Amino acid sequence: MALDSKTSNEAIQFKVVGTRPLRPDGIDKVTGRARFGADISAPGMLTGLVLRSPHAHAKIKSIDVSAAEAMEGVHAVVTRRDFPSLEPGSGTGDVLDNCMAGEKVLYDGHAVAAVAASSTHIARKALRAIKVEYERLDHVTDVDEAIKPGAPVLHPGRANESVPEGSSPNIMARYEFGHGDIEAGLAQADRVLERSYKTEATHQGYIEPHACLAQMGPDGQADLWCCTQGHYMVRNTCAEILGLAQGQLRVTASEIGGGFGGKTTVFLEPVALMLAKKSARPVKMVMSRSEVLRATGPTASSSVDVRIGMTKEGIITGAFAELRYQGGAYPGSPVDMGSMSAFAPYDLEHVKTVGWDIVTNRPKQAAYRAPGAPMAAFAVESAIDELAKGFGLDPLEVRLKNAAREGTRASYGPTYPAIGLEATLRKAKDHPHWSAPLGPNQGRGVACGFWFNFGGDTCVSLNVTPDGTVTVSEGNPDIGGSRASMSMMAAEELGIPYEKVRTIVADTGSLGQNEVTDGSRVTFAVGLATIKAARAAKAEMCKRAAMVWGIDAEAVEWKDGAAHPAGPNAGTHPPMTLAEIAAIASNTGGPIAGHCEANPEGAGVSFATHMVDTEVDPETGAVKILRYTVFQDAGKAVHPAYVEGQFQGGATQGIGWALNEEYIYGEDGILQNAGFLDYRIPVASDLPMIDTVILEIPNPGHPYGVRGVGETSIVPPLAAIANAVSEAAGVRMTDLPMSPPKVLKSIQNS
Amino acid sequence: MSKIHVTTKINGDPVEYLCEPDETLLDVLRDKLGMTGSKEGCGTGDCGACSVTVNGRLVCSCLVLGAEAEGTEIGTIEGMAQGEALHPLQQKFIEHAALQCGICTPGILVAAKSLLENNPDPTEEETRYWLAGNLCRCTGYDKIIRAVLDAAADMREAS
Repeated sequence: MALDSKTSNEAIQFKVVGTRPLRPDGIDKVTGRARFGADISAPGMLTGLVLRSPHAHAKIKSIDVSAAEAMEGVHAVVTRRDFPSLEPGSGTGDVLDNCMAGEKVLYDGHAVAAVAASSTHIARKALRAIKVEYERLDHVTDVDEAIKPGAPVLHPGRANESVPEGSSPNIMARYEFGHGDIEAGLAQADRVLERSYKTEATHQGYIEPHACLAQMGPDGQADLWCCTQGHYMVRNTCAEILGLAQGQLRVTASEIGGGFGGKTTVFLEPVALMLAKKSARPVKMVMSRSEVLRATGPTASSSVDVRIGMTKEGIITGAFAELRYQGGAYPGSPVDMGSMSAFAPYDLEHVKTVGWDIVTNRPKQAAYRAPGAPMAAFAVESAIDELAKGFGLDPLEVRLKNAAREGTRASYGPTYPAIGLEATLRKAKDHPHWSAPLGPNQGRGVACGFWFNFGGDTCVSLNVTPDGTVTVSEGNPDIGGSRASMSMMAAEELGIPYEKVRTIVADTGSLGQNEVTDGSRVTFAVGLATIKAARAAKAEMCKRAAMVWGIDAEAVEWKDGAAHPAGPNAGTHPPMTLAEIAAIASNTGGPIAGHCEANPEGAGVSFATHMVDTEVDPETGAVKILRYTVFQDAGKAVHPAYVEGQFQGGATQGIGWALNEEYIYGEDGILQNAGFLDYRIPVASDLPMIDTVILEIPNPGHPYGVRGVGETSIVPPLAAIANAVSEAAGVRMTDLPMSPPKVLKSIQNS
Repeated sequence: MSKIHVTTKINGDPVEYLCEPDETLLDVLRDKLGMTGSKEGCGTGDCGACSVTVNGRLVCSCLVLGAEAEGTEIGTIEGMAQGEALHPLQQKFIEHAALQCGICTPGILVAAKSLLENNPDPTEEETRYWLAGNLCRCTGYDKIIRAVLDAAADMREAS
């Protein structure tokens, strides 16, 4: 059969892709019927609750659970002793230690025990009856303090071989990227700017707290329902932690109420399974908001030093950055990705980044939308802006002069294929926003951002039903409309209406391994697998038609939703539609399906340029966002409304990070703002409309040219807003968040 | 602890339940009555995901005790559509792609319905301030505001 093998979307006349159909889960979600993590129950279900450390750093001397266990209505109490021992220092060992502390508690909110009881009321009483004896240790919550001599040490001897001898024992790893000779590059500059920048830890802030329902039988078969970005990851991690066979643990993903990277690991799930095992009853666990903020992954806070050299014409001659990220209580801050992405938008002869992964007495960081990149971009894009303005140059023009393009060797190693950075910059220059007038105390900022985008293990099974409708089973929780996108790509490929396809997220028993919904991978990788599954089904349907017509399958082609005879010897048979072939499938060889199992490469990097106008109140330091425009390359926007939504959502999270959000620790190492009143994310009245411009520079690695779009949009806002506020306030802002007291102080000190 | 007997009306249906004195209306709705459309995002009245109306007034059901519902009329997301017919706000939210994950959607719809009952022709700014108590982390609010204003325009035309 003949298939369209073109890889450039310019050549494809899309019928479904690029339109804006209604999402299949829309009605469930506007009527309250959709079932999220906490929305399910089971007969005989118990309530599970977690006891958490009130200290930032302490040895656990003893835990006495006898009084709790003896209480009427309490069916199980677990501590770390109930879990099999895993190799300390292994990735999963750290995950277990984070879910249930071993010898030490490492941060305020660290889990130390859990109970399952017949009511929430009794479970709360049981938590109070558990006696934990702590020996308090000194703590450190600041990234720069943590590497000073004499700082409290979290994990003696855990540093990996990349860390030079004599370094602080709180440094877990060192990374280095770049090429050329940085000092030689800087020597060619008319000015070398040296600047230090800090960002605070922010939380992903999903509105749905973590929740799960676990059941386990004495035969080792277990079922788990949970809100997660990756139920296959949950299965594998929980199986390893509990010593279960992966195939015996079936995990079903609920609807997910936001994740942004924060639901790419486990917190409650292994504990709920252990409570279910011990009690022989179903156990449901739901976190409170305070638990979410105290004990689930915020992103890293950062401290970054930059040295950038520029000629007076605006050419960057050399660029260096040293990045220190604290990833909380365990190794694994995203400083590696920060170091790789810092200068990724630029074509540089001499570039180097050094990253340090540092542990502190804070919750273990989790991925947050383009993990590690926004902080690096904040530093680099602020410095470039300051240099450009110092020379009286147009900051967009300076970025255009240095922009990476096809063939550029990226600062982190690879050579770029076709990329869209230049296109976003040109579009930004031509946009009316760029030339709109500004009033007093107002400033305009721009910044660029980059994200890698990922592929990863992916399985899709596409089934043709006897009445000619199509079901697509995929294994990635739908976090922002991806079921609609999969249905659209299947419909496009098969040549049938969107409404004829229904996509579901299958449980772990139904498909092979699927990577987590992360790295902006789903529309790319699951989309690619959906297209290939559809092509396999088309090939099978062409075969069935050939059988009916008594001709070779090679003499049949698929177009417009039907098999057609093609070629000189095919004869003149009337086309057979998908529905007609499906109706007689039983007589031509049985049910028709297509599937694809893949680990696709070629995700295609993504770039964005953001433009923002701010107004600073000189009397209070308060910043108002007046206007915001996102320019981003989507490769091909499958469902443009949801692409716009990703742009707008990422920009808004960036606005929160830049202006309001921060983890505030007291001298005692206790988180002081563990609630949505004091950890303030942007609300509707803080914001203007967020304008979006979608560019489509096809990704050669995807049949329709798709690139991931979810993460890049949070990379530029920190710097774009800082550049705008610096202009409006007349003073360079280098510390986030730019909260009113901080801005006011900067104005007063200038 | 002895339980309290409550007689109330939810979305027009007569309902009776027994609740603990310290149990919130949200817990009663979700755990006792199986009405899980109202969500708990914070439990402290900061996120609005549990928005319901009590005698027509918009409240966070996590800040109301189950016992306080005695003799009142409660409105929840489950009562917003009339049979198969979606409320115009519900329809516009789907059409405008005003939801991504959808966890805040029930609360925002209940709050927006309350806005339009109080003010059928709100400005963008009035809409933004009315909904400032409903957190959404996915959308940046842009499409939510557009959906509410569009629904308001349609409802004005229809009335």
